[in-house]
Amino acid sequence: MRELEVVRPGPLALVQDLGRPGWSAVGVGRSGAADRGAYQLANRLLANPEGAAAVEVTLGGFDVAARGGDVWVAVTGAPVELRVGRRVVDPYAAVCVREGERLRLGVPKAGLRSYVAVRGGVDVPPVLGSRSRDVLAAIGPAPLVVGDRLPVGRPPRTYPQVDAVPVPVHDGDVALRVVRGPRDDWVRDADGLVRDRWTVSPHSDRVGMRLEGPPMRPAVPGRQLPSEGAYRGAVQVPPGGEPVVFLADHPVTGGYPVVGVVVDADVDRAAQARPGQSLRFRWI
Amino acid sequence: MRVRPYGDRALILDLDDAGEVVSWVSAIREARLPGVADVVPAARTVLVAAADGTDVGALAAVLQHVEVDPGRGEAEPSAAEVRDDEIVIRVEYGGPDLGDVGELTGLGPDGVVAAHTATSWRVAFGGFAPGFAYLVGGDPRLQVPRRHTARTSVPSGAVGLAGEYSGIYPRPSPGGWQLIGTTDAVLWDLDRDPPALLRPGATVRFEAVRV
Repeated sequence: MRELEVVRPGPLALVQDLGRPGWSAVGVGRSGAADRGAYQLANRLLANPEGAAAVEVTLGGFDVAARGGDVWVAVTGAPVELRVGRRVVDPYAAVCVREGERLRLGVPKAGLRSYVAVRGGVDVPPVLGSRSRDVLAAIGPAPLVVGDRLPVGRPPRTYPQVDAVPVPVHDGDVALRVVRGPRDDWVRDADGLVRDRWTVSPHSDRVGMRLEGPPMRPAVPGRQLPSEGAYRGAVQVPPGGEPVVFLADHPVTGGYPVVGVVVDADVDRAAQARPGQSLRFRWI
Repeated sequence: MRVRPYGDRALILDLDDAGEVVSWVSAIREARLPGVADVVPAARTVLVAAADGTDVGALAAVLQHVEVDPGRGEAEPSAAEVRDDEIVIRVEYGGPDLGDVGELTGLGPDGVVAAHTATSWRVAFGGFAPGFAYLVGGDPRLQVPRRHTARTSVPSGAVGLAGEYSGIYPRPSPGGWQLIGTTDAVLWDLDRDPPALLRPGATVRFEAVRV
């Protein structure tokens, strides 16, 4: 059986797919790749079926060896220097790692999360229909550690149609489009969200991207919102007033007002924003 | 019922009370709407996420035509009534906050136990952790605020009260609820189908274990 042996996981390496929708009512969120577009692109480069599991690598440093045969891989998301054995190869392209060779990811200069897809998918056992690690619910394959062996699934019958695709830009200011509400009237001045410039906090993770900036004041101090359902992209304002943008592993319900929700197409961009990066919102 | 947009992929229904939430969740599930990816009940709202390829505007229009049975949320059987589908949770009362809750409510510890076990509770919604259920419909005298400071670790099986809710911690976690007892019921088990013991709409009765 072909496997990828983890030599070094880097700061955080998690198996991810499209997540497990439909379990919110019992407290399990969807989870899945934080940057869904990058994850899906990696699978397309290998002609994998939609939803084949890949590895989400945060801030690079991931190092694996091919065992039991050659393994085709594609790396997308935050662009990293990539080495197969001693060769420097391109991300955003299908690459063959020969049996015994190592695939090593450098540290991205911009962006946060890179996706390592394998042709055939990472074939670990699914949990509630998904191979995604949900860091909040602590469900799904455990974070990868040295010595883990990731089984590689059977390759699909189809072959890739594209050799390589352009690398998107991940640096510069991040601008996110937001639908206002539903609880914009719970803060004194919801327009502060789009007027002020925010900085991505180092305390961000897959649960949420925390922002630093001028605190948003409650409309009525001390008033408590009954818990309500949450969704990826929700901009929640906790009592401290600095907003949090919910990402893949957000809680299924929350008790702080959501003043706006980032449009779905922009949430992937939010998931690639690095601590210290400058960020703006715009109502649509 | 009022529908508000929740971004461009979901809607949130503003409802009057927990009973209406239960009615709407049942109605949406039973209607088996093709464009629905997920339904998230909460205290006074239901969030409905659109499936890939479904427009939220179209989903909002479809929701206006869902038939809701208002009786679904009101099933609060009397103390004497026994229901087949009732889930019995055996509790060893005497948690660290039982005394405080006795004082806050004026019921005393024994009165709290009596009130907690006398009537049925209903699962309103989940959240917080896999298998955690917000139970409503209990004795209104048991409404107490959360603790001023949350505990950094609450053991698995701890039974708590907060606001209008009662709940059971499915696994060790931080928590701010007032703890009045413990149970050895398994709230969440991935090897069980379904994994959650308490699902929205279910009826729960607490039973005191003598030790």
